[in-house]
Amino acid sequence: PHWVSGPEAEVQRMAWAVAAVLGLLLLLGSPGGCGGSPGPPRDSLREELLLSPLPSGDIAATFQFRARWDSELHREGVSHYRLFPKALGQLISKYLVRELHLSLTQGFWRTRTWGQPYLQAPAGAELWVWFQDSVTDVDKAWKELSNILSGIFCASLNFIDSTNTVTPTASFKPLGLANVTDHHLLRYAVLPREIVCTENLTPWKKLLPCSSKAGLAVLLKAERLFHTSYHSQAVHIRPICRDASCLSVSWELRQTLTVVFDTFSIGQGKRDWSLFKMFSRTVTEACPLASESKIYVDISSKTQENELLEVTPPPLSVHEASVQGDRRTYAVYDLLSPLLFNVSRSLNVQLKWKRPQDSLDLSTPVLHAQRYVSGYGLQTGEISTLIYNTHPYRAFPVILLETVPWYLRLYVHTLVITTKGKENKPSYIHYQPAQDRRRPHLLEMLIQLPANSVTKITIQFERALLKWTEYTPDPNHGFYVSPSVLSALVPSVLAMKAEDAEKSPLFTSLFPSADGSSYFVRLYTEPLLVNLPTPDFSMPYNVICLTCTVVAVCYGSFYNLLTRTFHVEEPSRGGLAKRLANIIRKVRGVPPL
Amino acid sequence: MAADEAEKARGKRAALAFAAVALVLGLPLWWKTTETYRASLPYAGISALGSLRFQLTVPVSVVFAKGALPGAQQRRLPFADTQEKESLLNPKTSITSRYETTYRSATVTEQAALATAAVQEADAALLLLQEDSLGALTVYVIPEISPLLPQGVGVYVGKHRSAVMRCPQGPGDVLAAVSARVQQIVQAMSFTTDSITAALSDRVPMDQLGTDTRRPFKSSLGYEITFSLLNPDPKSHDVHWDIEAAVSGYVQPFLDKLGLVANFSVDSQILYYAVLGVSPRFDKASSSFILSALSLPHVINPVEARLGSSATSLYPVLNFLLYVPERVHSPLYIQDKDGAAVGTNAFHSPRWGGIMVYNVDHPAPDKALLPLRVDVDMVRVMEVFLAQLRLLFGISQVPLPEEFLLESPGNKGLTDWELDRLLWTRTVENIATVSTTLTSLAQLLDKIGNIVIKDDVASEVYHAVASAQTAMLELASGHLGSAFQASKEAVISSERAFFDPSLLHLLYFPDDQKFAIYIPLFLPMAVPILLSLVKILREAKQSKKEPTKTD
Repeated sequence: PHWVSGPEAEVQRMAWAVAAVLGLLLLLGSPGGCGGSPGPPRDSLREELLLSPLPSGDIAATFQFRARWDSELHREGVSHYRLFPKALGQLISKYLVRELHLSLTQGFWRTRTWGQPYLQAPAGAELWVWFQDSVTDVDKAWKELSNILSGIFCASLNFIDSTNTVTPTASFKPLGLANVTDHHLLRYAVLPREIVCTENLTPWKKLLPCSSKAGLAVLLKAERLFHTSYHSQAVHIRPICRDASCLSVSWELRQTLTVVFDTFSIGQGKRDWSLFKMFSRTVTEACPLASESKIYVDISSKTQENELLEVTPPPLSVHEASVQGDRRTYAVYDLLSPLLFNVSRSLNVQLKWKRPQDSLDLSTPVLHAQRYVSGYGLQTGEISTLIYNTHPYRAFPVILLETVPWYLRLYVHTLVITTKGKENKPSYIHYQPAQDRRRPHLLEMLIQLPANSVTKITIQFERALLKWTEYTPDPNHGFYVSPSVLSALVPSVLAMKAEDAEKSPLFTSLFPSADGSSYFVRLYTEPLLVNLPTPDFSMPYNVICLTCTVVAVCYGSFYNLLTRTFHVEEPSRGGLAKRLANIIRKVRGVPPL
Repeated sequence: MAADEAEKARGKRAALAFAAVALVLGLPLWWKTTETYRASLPYAGISALGSLRFQLTVPVSVVFAKGALPGAQQRRLPFADTQEKESLLNPKTSITSRYETTYRSATVTEQAALATAAVQEADAALLLLQEDSLGALTVYVIPEISPLLPQGVGVYVGKHRSAVMRCPQGPGDVLAAVSARVQQIVQAMSFTTDSITAALSDRVPMDQLGTDTRRPFKSSLGYEITFSLLNPDPKSHDVHWDIEAAVSGYVQPFLDKLGLVANFSVDSQILYYAVLGVSPRFDKASSSFILSALSLPHVINPVEARLGSSATSLYPVLNFLLYVPERVHSPLYIQDKDGAAVGTNAFHSPRWGGIMVYNVDHPAPDKALLPLRVDVDMVRVMEVFLAQLRLLFGISQVPLPEEFLLESPGNKGLTDWELDRLLWTRTVENIATVSTTLTSLAQLLDKIGNIVIKDDVASEVYHAVASAQTAMLELASGHLGSAFQASKEAVISSERAFFDPSLLHLLYFPDDQKFAIYIPLFLPMAVPILLSLVKILREAKQSKKEPTKTD
């Protein structure tokens, strides 16, 4: 585009003309009290980074940026944004969204070897939204909302339609302040096919007030973040209490990003790591807009001898918290503290193992699950889900949500749940059968998991034939089935004391915790890849040719039969053989035939 | 032999029956099942809209105060007069300006209003006496010696739709002189051929137009106005702006007045670490940083990536950026082409928005006090942005003679007659847009026979044509308000028809594929029928010849 700078003289002349009027206005007392003393900041930003070594030796880095805005977004006319991104704010006020959770994930969190995740997300894209009860047409709002989000995050969320949207009744409760829990206002969809890459990260980073220019966001370098075993970025928007009395509502936007680095491959076989090794950057300053900017390093160890690992530089403080039923110790680096940058200008957190740890501490988490598809041939199959409860003495219930696309026709009568060889009857079942090309199957169950047990859930299905235009461009790759969702209140092994949730790092404040004796966990299983009977795609033309040929042959003989004239053949002089015979007879002098 | 003949005749009849069934039943069935549904469109109306002969009628009433006219001419009142001026822009577009002027003498109440001391009061008092109709103008003629107008002022143009002028004194025909002057006033308050031509810039070759004509935003049903505060250096500057009060105080009244023209939504945001695309040049003489006019075109693009478009609407966005330069680059001044500093320290970009640079005074280089708290002086900022906003909407002043006195627009930021000027040009622009849209739609549908035209698309097209015709008629009869409304409706309908998603179905269906599908069926069926028909014809010819031979 070519920009033409306008005739400035004219602007200036008009500016004076307007100035006269505005001056007059000020004398009259400008409406709204322009230039009055501004109140306390109505929005705040907190940034956190949690580095935790995983039992398998990998390292997980979790970023969280929390923007809080003391404003009623749904009130008419709020349109002046500071730290809260304008694009998302407009979206919430236009579509009357109560809560919005979007995650884009590449890879799969291996709960067995990596332990309980702080916030897991299913592979691909996941979106769930609670609308306000004043929304009349939820489906329309959901459709438009997902289209706009698709534009904002450059993701294929526009493929969300009625065939992959469900309304769970029990699995997804509002995480924020809500007085309405009518599940008809909830929509949930997963796109397991979605591939997450740089083009999704860039718009996500653009929503941060400091962009990626300052603070912890400096570390978010796409080429390192996507060179990992697991990458999950998410946006959570919810209303929260403004203060303890909870008389008014604030809006909270959490942008989280979790990556798991494979330390063996990046560290040449050593388990030592540093910020620079992982991100190829170091931290030099906090985001000047943030009211809190901290790096936590998980230095807790299962054994009593605490001196296994060493963190440099030495942390200014140590924070102890009980997270997910475990006592954890964190080394805390407060980037806003002036002491931190006194010694060196940049912070490069390093962790060294004092002696090589041969026996990896692979304690399995209390709750984990796995899922697979079995069977042979292209007609029927079976989905099996295994749920493990490794708690030594406590049983607890779990809510299982299965969303299966309509082209796998589930037979509910084949649903079998067995624990320790005995049938396990679910205490709650909500099943919504699929409608072809309209909606998927939805199966929600509340299952009691006995202590130290494996529960196997199997259900059989039949594969449907699709219309030839309904196949994806690469149909032989298979069709994805979105992961099942497990939500549970897991009893903790240790007794926890109720703490101030706001103080503890990261996600403990996102999920509501009932009391000190249990904690909330949401797990996702693997997505499934199922082959459907795939036709040869030149088939339509072949069919046309074949039918036309058959029709033409039938028609041809019919036509011949009807239009041909039949008449009696005159006895002719005979064929070639007869004539030849006659010639021979003539020669021989015998009378001809 | 007779049996043979009968058999032959039966065969012939059977072949003919086949041919007849194929023709009478098969062909229409095939035609009917494969045809695309195309509702009929008003092609005649669309091509009639292609040539736009605008007739713009301005009702003007000229009111003579007591003593303004000499007695002899006073007696000729009231009378009416019509002046027409036609200008041809191109073979398909012409503008006829038509001024329907009525001359009458002032009523008693008008006389009383004109007798007040100050002209502003008279303007306000006269407003109550006029019927409030868009586009209609009133000119009051007062005697030469009247004290109502200040010394040296010949014409006063008020806030509303009226003007006051001194009766020119001279030896010639007073009425002719008055009407010449009235013509000048009316053109300033309604439209000139140039302003209408600018609105039709799409239909007129570029060289006929000045550069200014491409500055205003295109006519649209709504606009999003976004004020963005760019703070590239939050470590040094903690910038606060009271944008809510500024918007409700200064921008909203202006937009309320423009509410008739379009829908507006206003929002604001603060963007941190957003830098301009060029690094400014240090000027030793003034120890300041300079952004020259030549580099301004490169300033916006990197910023625009951060601005973000409006996620929730499709209207065009007007961006107003307030840029607080980094500490290391301040103070920053914009220089024009001649090298002089621009007084407002702002510039605007046509059809995009405006940028203002807001320098912060640094008291002393004391690092401990950073970040420095900055409270933006919103009055200074808003006066620049409002002036740019007016320019971007095409509300610019017409060059007027010295003796004209313009009333300032008041706290609305816009006078009634300026609104009228905008409405005249917008109406014309809308109709031209509708004509272009419908013409290209008709061409497209004509060119590609596969496009399905649904009934609702057709009805939108009908409605657009009808509304555009209504708008033209209303313009000709001088009803600006209803003309504008009709033109707006026409734009809505035509856009809806043009962007209807159903038009996109089945665009690509090439002929070779059609043949590939039809040939396996049609060839084996058609060949026997054709062959037997040829045979029958040949036999018929022979049997015709034979009798002549035997006879």
